[in-house]
Amino acid sequence: MAEEVKLFGIWGSPFSRKVEIALKMKGVEYEYIEEELGNMSPLLLKYNPIHKKVPVLVHNGKPIAESVIIIEYIDETWKHNPILPQDPYERAVARFWAKFIDEKCLPALWNSTWSKGKDREAAIEEASQHLNTLENELKDKKFFGGEEIGLVDIVASFVGFWFGALQEVSGLELLTEEKVPKLCKWSYEFVNHSVIKENLPSRDKLVAYLSARFADASK
Amino acid sequence: MAKSDVKVLGAWPSPFVMRPTIALNIKSVEYEFLQEDLGSKSELLLKSNPVHKKIPVLIHGDKPVCESLIIVEYIDETWSSAPSILPSDPYDRATARFWAAYVDDKVFPSMKEIFIAEGVEAKKAAIQQLVDGLILLEDAYVKCSKGKPFFGGNQIGYLDIAFGSYLGWLIVTEKFNEVKLLDEAKTPGLAKWADIFCADPAVKDVMPETDKLAEYAKVLAKMRAASK
Repeated sequence: MAEEVKLFGIWGSPFSRKVEIALKMKGVEYEYIEEELGNMSPLLLKYNPIHKKVPVLVHNGKPIAESVIIIEYIDETWKHNPILPQDPYERAVARFWAKFIDEKCLPALWNSTWSKGKDREAAIEEASQHLNTLENELKDKKFFGGEEIGLVDIVASFVGFWFGALQEVSGLELLTEEKVPKLCKWSYEFVNHSVIKENLPSRDKLVAYLSARFADASK
Repeated sequence: MAKSDVKVLGAWPSPFVMRPTIALNIKSVEYEFLQEDLGSKSELLLKSNPVHKKIPVLIHGDKPVCESLIIVEYIDETWSSAPSILPSDPYDRATARFWAAYVDDKVFPSMKEIFIAEGVEAKKAAIQQLVDGLILLEDAYVKCSKGKPFFGGNQIGYLDIAFGSYLGWLIVTEKFNEVKLLDEAKTPGLAKWADIFCADPAVKDVMPETDKLAEYAKVLAKMRAASK
């Protein structure tokens, strides 16, 4: 049967880019459908009626939602170039850090940019702690996945790329060589990795978009 | 492996702690249960889960595994002989993981909301939100079970464990609010499933008694009121 793979995403979304990275790592051909924030297509709403969000992967007509669940599906369906480790303990560790980044780091980093007053201070404090935790976990590895990028690196793309753009816009200095040197080195390796660099949004376009949003939010 | 090679750090009222214990029971793996004192955290817990300092933690040999559903997948992959906990087909696995995440991200917070909500209107709204979620799960149950007793088919599977671990608290919520959440009218499949799940040999010894949980819930409510 011919494989039919579609991905619904948004150009600036770290969540849909994560899935694109996974597909590119596996060399899977897919059709990309650009959605608009706040104006999702009827087709997307049909495929993801519960959350009404991107990304959604549709494989031979069957939809899968939630970025990390989609990545695990991709890894289990196309088995070459594995994204998760083979050993059950290492898989559990990878899943643990992916969940930590998605559920703790991301919200703290996001809130440290957009919230105000006491909430912002608390978010900044929390974000610093989480970045230190990641710094300690990275140790002397080139990537979280070891010599090659894996699930945790893909999920950490928000830290490696998006947060750099957010820092530029907000003036925050959390991800710095002074504070988290290993994480900064990792970010550099990550965004320059052959599969990654072709699959990130244009930094200029992202900074322009976030600057406009930041200006609006500061009014 | 000797019993002491597998430990579960947990506490009896926690729905999350039931997940690894049910999974270990399904695999017939012997383990030692180390009860954490409610209100204080042991050295072992702080050492095994320094990031979150939370239960459950599975300690296999000297390796700690954290986060209840991650532990369940670890158990399934480590003791890989039958019965399997996750489905074998990747799409079915994605579906099970999707609904398990839904249960944790939407259903459980709705349940907590009912306990915290103040005033009749707020409670009613919280209850309705939970019921709406349960109706979605009923639909998922019908699709996943395909006429068999469990989400996982003939045996308890990943999604049965993920959702079933909340049943003790769901029953307490029903009692405290004098409302039927899983009922034959709105969620007939789940109403039957709940009884079969709770009676399963892998579950019945680790599911806390409703009366004990209800007492504990009252203590929690008093503590919450006192801290205001």
